This record gives sequence, C-alpha cells and structure tokens, in this order.
Amino acid sequence: MKKDYKRWKTNHYLRGLKKIGIQDPHHTTISGKEIKELYTPHDLKDFDYEKDLSYPGEYPYTRGIHPTMYHGRLWTMRQFSGFGSAEDTNQRYKYLLKQGQTGLSVAFHLPTLMGVDSDHPLAIGEIGKCGVAIDSLADMEILFDGIPLDKITTSMTINPPAAVLWAMYIAVAEKQGVSPKVISGTIQNDILKEYIAQKTFVFPPEPSMKLIVDTFEYGSQKVPRWNTISISGYHIREAGSTAVQELAFTLRDGIEYVEWALKRGLNIDDFAPRLSFFFNSHNDFFEEIAKFRAARRIWAKTMRERFRAKNKRSWLLRFHTQTSGVSLMAQQPSNNVVRVAIQALAAVLGGTQSLHTNSLDETYALPSEEAVTIALRTQQIIAHESGVVNTIDPLGGSYFIEKLTNEMQEQAEDYIKKIDDMGGMVKAIEMGFPQKEIIDSSYEYQKALEKKEKTVVGVNAFQSEHEPISILEIDKEVADKQLDRLKEVKKSRNNVKVKTSLTDLKKAAQNDENLMPFLLACVKQYATLGEIMDTLEEVYGKYQEPVTY
Amino acid sequence: MAESKIRVLVAKPGLDGHDRGAKVICRALRDAGFEVIYTGLRRTPEEIVSSAIQEDVDVIGLSILSGAHNVLFPKIMDLLKDQGGSEIKVIAGGIIPENDISDLKKMGIAEVFLPGASTQKIVEWINKNIK
Repeated sequence: MKKDYKRWKTNHYLRGLKKIGIQDPHHTTISGKEIKELYTPHDLKDFDYEKDLSYPGEYPYTRGIHPTMYHGRLWTMRQFSGFGSAEDTNQRYKYLLKQGQTGLSVAFHLPTLMGVDSDHPLAIGEIGKCGVAIDSLADMEILFDGIPLDKITTSMTINPPAAVLWAMYIAVAEKQGVSPKVISGTIQNDILKEYIAQKTFVFPPEPSMKLIVDTFEYGSQKVPRWNTISISGYHIREAGSTAVQELAFTLRDGIEYVEWALKRGLNIDDFAPRLSFFFNSHNDFFEEIAKFRAARRIWAKTMRERFRAKNKRSWLLRFHTQTSGVSLMAQQPSNNVVRVAIQALAAVLGGTQSLHTNSLDETYALPSEEAVTIALRTQQIIAHESGVVNTIDPLGGSYFIEKLTNEMQEQAEDYIKKIDDMGGMVKAIEMGFPQKEIIDSSYEYQKALEKKEKTVVGVNAFQSEHEPISILEIDKEVADKQLDRLKEVKKSRNNVKVKTSLTDLKKAAQNDENLMPFLLACVKQYATLGEIMDTLEEVYGKYQEPVTY
Repeated sequence: MAESKIRVLVAKPGLDGHDRGAKVICRALRDAGFEVIYTGLRRTPEEIVSSAIQEDVDVIGLSILSGAHNVLFPKIMDLLKDQGGSEIKVIAGGIIPENDISDLKKMGIAEVFLPGASTQKIVEWINKNIK
C-alpha cells in the first residue's frame, strides 16, 4: 500500500504537476495546517471503528451525540438578535419566530454586556447600538412580552453580568406564570474566553469563577433544564486563533470550570450535563468539520476518564455554532451569503445542535431584516433542499476527515497538557499564554493575506466596485427613551426595598454565599443592572488587563 | 543623525473589546519602523487626547467596532482642537458604515480604512501624509 502510494505520487502526481510547471505543491488550511495531496487507508493505520467512531449517540460520540441526530429533530435555527429598545427587539423576535426560527438568542447592547446602566458615562453613544438596551427587569418584561417562555428556548449572550440577566429572565417567566423548572435556554456565562479573547470583563478571575459556579449549583437545583454556561471558542477564533487553538483553549476552559465546580464540592454528574459549548464555523470546510468531531471525542474522553463522570449525559459535548464574523468582507458584500452557506454546511456536517448564520451586511452594521431573512433561509435550504440530513455524519470514514479529526485531537491535547502544566487556565491567562498565541496567529494570517499566500475573493483578488448597500440604522431617539425609562423605573419602585436587597447582596458576597437567591431578590425590586454590579464590585474589585500587543 | 521615527497612538474608544484589528495594526506599524503606543481598551475621548498630546504623536489611529463612532469621534476632534493637537492626523478603522464616512471626513478624520484594508495601505498612507 505504502509503496503503491509512493509510486503514484512520484510517477503520476508530481510528474503531472511538473509538466504544468508546478514545482512545490503546498496546501495549507486557513489555520496554516499542512494538508496532503491525497489520503488513503495508510493514514488510518490503527483505525478502530468501535473505539474511534462508534455509532451516533454512543461513546466517544465522534459521529454525533444523538442516535437519531437530524432525523429526530433538526438543529435549532437560532439567530442572534437585538438592537435599539426592548420594544424594537421584541418586534424582531416575533418576526423571526413567524419566519420559522425555532429559538431566540438575545444580543445585548455593550453597556449591558459590561454591567453598566444606560446613564453611565461609558454608555454615551452606545445605547441600543450593538444590541438591545436592558437596564432593569422593566426592560426585560417588554423584551419577552407576548413570547411564551414555557414554549420557547432562549440563549443569552452575556458574561460578567450573566447571573443578573438570568435572574431577570427567571423573574419574567414567573410573572408569566411559568415555573423555573420548565424554562429552558442558555446563558453564555463564560468569563475565561473574555480574558482570553473578547475582553468583556469586569471582576478579577477568582470572584468571576465563583459567580459561575453559583449558577451551576443553583441551576442544578432550581432550573434544571437551563444550560448554565456556553463554553465558547467562537470569540477565541474571531480574535485570530487557529482552529486547533480554538478547540484546545475552549476545551481547557471547560476543564477549568469543571475543576472549580468540583472544588466547591459539587457532584460532577449534577452539573456536567448542563455544560454546553459554542464554536465558530470558519471558511476551511473540512478543517471545521474535523474540529467539531474531535471536540466531541476529546470531551467525552475527558469527562469519562479524567473526571470519572458516570452519567452518559455528562460525556456529551452539545454545541451551538455561529458562522465566522471575521470572514465576512466589506468588499462585494453579496459574496458573504456564499461564505455563510459554506460555513453553515460545515456546522451541519459537524453535527451542531443549533446554528446562527451571519448576515451579509454585518461588516457595516447590525443586520437589516432583509439580510437576516436570507441568513435564516440559508439554514432552511441546507435543512430541506440539500439532502445532507438524509444520513448521519455523511463524511464519517473518509480517510481525509478521519485523519484530520485525529490530528486535531492530538494537537489540541498537546495544548491542553501544556496548560495543565502551567497550573490551569486561570494561571495560563495570568501568564498571558493564550492571549499571546492568538495575537501571533492573527498576525501570521494577516501577513499571509498581504503576501497573497492566502486569497480572499474581492479583497486581495478579483476586486470590483460594489454599490453601497442599505443598512439598519438605530433610531436616534432610542437613547433618550431608554434614559427616560430608567429614570421612571428608579422613581416608581420601592427604593427602601431596593436598598435592602442590595445590602443583603453585598453581605452575601462578603460571606461567600451562593448569590443567585440574592440576585433574584434584587431584580424583583427593580434594582438596576448597574446598581447590582456596582455593589458586587465593592466586594470583588475590578480586573485590569495588561496592555500588550 | 538618524531621522526621528513617526509616532503613532493606536486607540480603542468605545465599549467593545474587539482588539484583534488594533493589535495586528500595532504590530504591522511597529514592523514598518514606526514608534507605536497602544492605549488598551475602552478609552474615553479625554484619555485618548491626553495620551496623544503627552506622547507627542504624529498620528492617532482609532479602532472602533461598537457603532458609537458618530458620537465619540467628534468629541475626540473637538478635544484635540481645544488642547492644541490639531496638527495630529487622525485615521480610523473598524465597523463603520460607508454612509458615515463623508461626515467623519468633514469633521477632520483624515482617512477611514474599512475591513479588508491591508496594513500595507495604512503604512503607505502614514508615510505619505506625515512629513
């Protein structure tokens, strides 16, 4: 076999290339990973179907976490969405649900993401721009008005203030008469990737990790259908990492959360089934599919062997995918529809549980209704027209895909080992390790782009002019209206009770109690997000990032 | 005597933490031989202008992806004028709608680089416009 391969390569492949003047055939993925001209059984010498792949829904879950996969239920089509006021976004949600979207995903504006109110000096110019403005329970009630929280699942992209926004969601559900036992959804709640990549941080690592473990503990007891974390590689990749770095840092983050929860004394099988993941789907089709498959296999092995989880549900890596934002180009924006379709297809072939497809206009602004509809239709075309859902893991057994899956697993495990040796991810972050790896990778990629070693259509090749596209503009009155509502809330609530609830919260933080019940008490009194976060900051302090490049 | 290096302040106004672009540009400008100072994240217009003047820079590069440019950029330009920094050339990049560019240029932003612009183009622009 090996001899035959050599014969073919020398006599036919290389000779053929030479004839047309190609001396050095050299192919790499977008992450710079070398790819061979052909894969054969020789690349899978020790391949063992039962051990390496097994069946869908069976350990190590390489082929998928459910025995039925998309035959039982398609992935959830979940467009990340939020802009302007709670009223504006509520309208968009109702529109998306009417168009066949099957889950909600809340994009908050930056002040909410940072845990400050709309009247904070840092909020100037930001109100309603990058997402929806939420200052208190009053806004949250409007956001979900007329949307039955017992029927719909909601994902909330929120990190340092995740526990507070989750408390608001639980409170809205209760007002609708829906028990916390019934509601389902996800809070992102992943602070480690914030220090590593997205940089939306407030408190230092230690208290941040404590708050996250609080949500694990509270969720497992009171909100059992909620995913209390979405351990995210998305932002790591967007910040410029390679596919392997995304895979490795994300899974090592997952390990870190598990270790901190175990240190609290939680039982692995009580919280691990509610851990969920979130990956990027970038341009390199096969590399992405291999990444998703490797992720499932590494996580299953880690949970079973490293943490001795007994419940099979603890072994499952369930994940959401979003197509890659940085891969979108401002030049010839219509081309972005094609990029998104290819990336979405990779996510589906990789066995994702839910998917967000980006809109073509997102290098300019938040998506217009027309653009987001095309993005949703892209998923529907993949689901209903392409035929890729007819069989489970259609690429399983491909020499190339299996080899690539193995290699990504090995390289990710090397990184995980390295971070273990540093003393864990919090330590590695304090040493600046993942941050530096990511900057290095992103700069290498930029250089490759500028040397035209990598081609981006419409940008460094095949350029042409395009007409300006129409984009979503945020109503200028949104900011004033939001500030008025905030004032009104502060006036009409019982300020004595607000003060008491905040004092209780502070004491609980000082005494290291689980803060969830105290946060619920605060939000129900209409304490604002900013007031709650300020109270916690008095106890926990603020994270200062070292400025480097 | 060696000619003194062109000094560039790369600044991140706005609340977003997207610093990939800013950091790549810092490295590219450094590799092109400029003196680069990076502010770090979430700097107010006051902080940016005072660093620029203190560091005696020739260029300020503003990177913003939050959508707050129409509010924050005019403040920066006004403060520069007030504090005697009108000579400093200000360039910008990030998520900026094409329709906003002409207004930004009217208020004195010298150039706006959209996503996909090469770092080489930015280096060339600086070399051409800073004497």
